[in-house]
Amino acid sequence: MAQILSVKDLHVSYGAIKAVRGISFDINEGEIVSLIGANGAGKSTTLDTIAGLNRPEGGSISFKGEDIVGTRPHKIVERGLALCPEGRRVFTQMSVGENLAMGGYTRTDEENREQVERVYARFPRLKERVAQSAGTLSGGEQQMLAMGRALMSRPDLLMLDEPSMGLAPILVEEIFDIIKELNEQGTTILLVEQNASMALSIARRGYVLETGTISKTGTGAELLHDDDVRKAYLGG
Amino acid sequence: MTVLTQVLNGLQLGSIYALVALGYTMVYGIILLLNFAHGDIIMAGAYISWIVMAQLGLGPVLAIVLSVAGCTLLGVLIDKVAYAPLREAPRLSILITAIGVSYFLENGAQLVFGADAKVVPSYVDVGNVQIGAAQLSTVALITVVVTVVSTAVLTFLVQRTKLGKAMRAVSEDMGAARLMGINVNSTISFTFAMGSALAGIGAVLYSMAYTQASPTMGIMLGTKAFVAAVLGGIGSIPGAVIGGLLVGFAEVFVSAIGLSTWKDAVVFMLLIIVLVVRPTGILGRTMSEKV
Repeated sequence: MAQILSVKDLHVSYGAIKAVRGISFDINEGEIVSLIGANGAGKSTTLDTIAGLNRPEGGSISFKGEDIVGTRPHKIVERGLALCPEGRRVFTQMSVGENLAMGGYTRTDEENREQVERVYARFPRLKERVAQSAGTLSGGEQQMLAMGRALMSRPDLLMLDEPSMGLAPILVEEIFDIIKELNEQGTTILLVEQNASMALSIARRGYVLETGTISKTGTGAELLHDDDVRKAYLGG
Repeated sequence: MTVLTQVLNGLQLGSIYALVALGYTMVYGIILLLNFAHGDIIMAGAYISWIVMAQLGLGPVLAIVLSVAGCTLLGVLIDKVAYAPLREAPRLSILITAIGVSYFLENGAQLVFGADAKVVPSYVDVGNVQIGAAQLSTVALITVVVTVVSTAVLTFLVQRTKLGKAMRAVSEDMGAARLMGINVNSTISFTFAMGSALAGIGAVLYSMAYTQASPTMGIMLGTKAFVAAVLGGIGSIPGAVIGGLLVGFAEVFVSAIGLSTWKDAVVFMLLIIVLVVRPTGILGRTMSEKV
């Protein structure tokens, strides 16, 4: 299987704080890969850096065989890499429809008319609320909007940062089911989660991040049954 | 003077303030910068009209086009040269830079054109229109119509077009907008262009009414428009229009009852009262931090 993303010896700092210290990992086409780890382990920083929001101090990031370090975020989206950010960050003052339109900013109107129907088919509640402002949606609906918005750019690789954060258990299951379906339909997924058991159960492979370095890697099932991982992230 | 004439005067002055206030509010909305150089862009627009008509002897249409285009370019240029390098810097740095740009433009104009005011020739045959018993000034009517049309076009651009929606997205969450594939830098340039184009239109309307260009003419005009933008709720487009009209009417009313020396004081008192009662301005969003 072809590699879609390859991160090598990535270093990222915020001022004097080293958030990511030399991590390497890769993702093959068609996989779900989960990055798990405690708060502050560097998970979000890693995703933000891949998306071009942070500039790494060192290391390389190659997407579909091309180095994307230093490429501006909007150009990275054009190449087929989308990030659905932590905390959803929908545009609360804009309508659901306008939020989706922003997600398809790099695409033509024609492409967006097609794609928005696919997004509505997957998230019917968004269609019902198309004219409503995004700030009035519930947390679960906002997460669906954030995912639908990221899908509007038709990414080859979709990065999801904490999609289950702050959601009721039943909604968490729904969101994870959707992630699995998206993957089955051909989107490669890089998932960052604090809900490690859910994240590992749907992932083909996983990486455990600890204070900016990768401490363990394996298939999702291997990590789910690993004693250290169980103790640290799965509650025993 | 009749009441109708005074109302029209208020509308005329208020319209000019509104056009200038729109530029303040749009730039603040997108990068949280109080662009103190905005008033001086109007000064530049007035000088361009003076150069084209009085120095080069060319027609008013060309003067209007070049004034608006010149202001637009100047606004974008100021952003690129002075503000864009400071995008990640603390907000105070960019605010101080804006004050610096303002002084630079004022003193630059004084160096090039001298300190004394230049007379801007009239763009149109200034006359009056007879409506019933009232004599209404043509310039005032033109000002009001141009402002209504400009505001309508701006509202359409911001609400309906792709670029306008991108502007609103950037103003709400710059990071998330980047993740959508929006080119934030060019969206900010576009905002400066629109705000400065409105200032250019304001410059033409102002020069029609007051027929003078001087290096410091932008200071009071800019300050009043700034007051208007804050009154209406900084960041709000309809707020800027309401604020502009309020300030315009307040000045004309105070002058009409014979207290014209008090007109500036009344405007600033109005600002203080509104800020005490409603700190975010008339249409301002309530300040709530997102978590």
